[in-house]
Amino acid sequence: MINKKMKNIIASLLLIILQMNFAFAQDVEMGDVMRSEGKIYVVVAVAFTSLAILSFYMIRIDKKVNRLEKDLKK
Amino acid sequence: MTIARSWWWKIGALLLLFYTYYEGFVGEVPRMPILNETIRNLYFHVTMWMAMLVLMICNAFYGIIYLNKSDLYHDLVAEESGRMAMVFGIAGLLTGMVWANYTWGAPWVNDPQLNGTAASLLIYAAYFILRNAVQDDHKRARLAAVYGIFAFVMMIVFIMVLPKMTDSLHPGKGGNPGFNKYDLDANMRMVFYPAVLGWTLLGVWMMSLRVRIKKLEWIKDDQ
Repeated sequence: MINKKMKNIIASLLLIILQMNFAFAQDVEMGDVMRSEGKIYVVVAVAFTSLAILSFYMIRIDKKVNRLEKDLKK
Repeated sequence: MTIARSWWWKIGALLLLFYTYYEGFVGEVPRMPILNETIRNLYFHVTMWMAMLVLMICNAFYGIIYLNKSDLYHDLVAEESGRMAMVFGIAGLLTGMVWANYTWGAPWVNDPQLNGTAASLLIYAAYFILRNAVQDDHKRARLAAVYGIFAFVMMIVFIMVLPKMTDSLHPGKGGNPGFNKYDLDANMRMVFYPAVLGWTLLGVWMMSLRVRIKKLEWIKDDQ
């Protein structure tokens, strides 16, 4: 009898904890406003610009090394 | 040599990085307390270590090849991949310090993972000091190859074995659940693996450029 009661109490406690966890996960503060306003794309645009410049520079160096290799092989 | 000159994997690396940057800011991530949006750092911090690890493997691997064949070209590849690995290691350390400052409360907490990586970076710093200390090319290459293998084993112990045996704040270490088990959901995995590949290929590209420039210097010295 006592065992059954204990089991019930533990089960309901577990349920409450699980629900609390679930509610907690939903309340986590994220940058939702920035996403809903579309401002996040400004960040993406800036990051892309810097990455594009980096790519351009890397390709330039590679081409230059290619040319030097051809020159020296002659 | 032909792979070092071909373009497809370099363009691929850049495309993967653009994908990483796009998904890194816009993509879906799990909502987790304390981490909040900083979970996106997974694509920009953890990937540094993955790229470093691949380049360190390159370093040890080419060291072994040098010991087999005694070709100084292999020693050169080993040296440059070690150098590039250091660059990514320092980047990983700095990005990790920024991240730790806002989630753990301090840029440097007394965590075995952090101290282990710092120790292994110092071990690799000694690799370059050792290289500079020896004049003879082949002697330097042999010593560096042997030390490089030793350093690689030490690094594996320091960053992958020891942190797992004690308590660490890093996920997957010391009883903390890893990203793979619970946190890294399918969405993030679809970005994380391409990101690792992209950063690694970028590191290999930079390494190959340095190797080619050094080879040009050799040709010039011979003339």
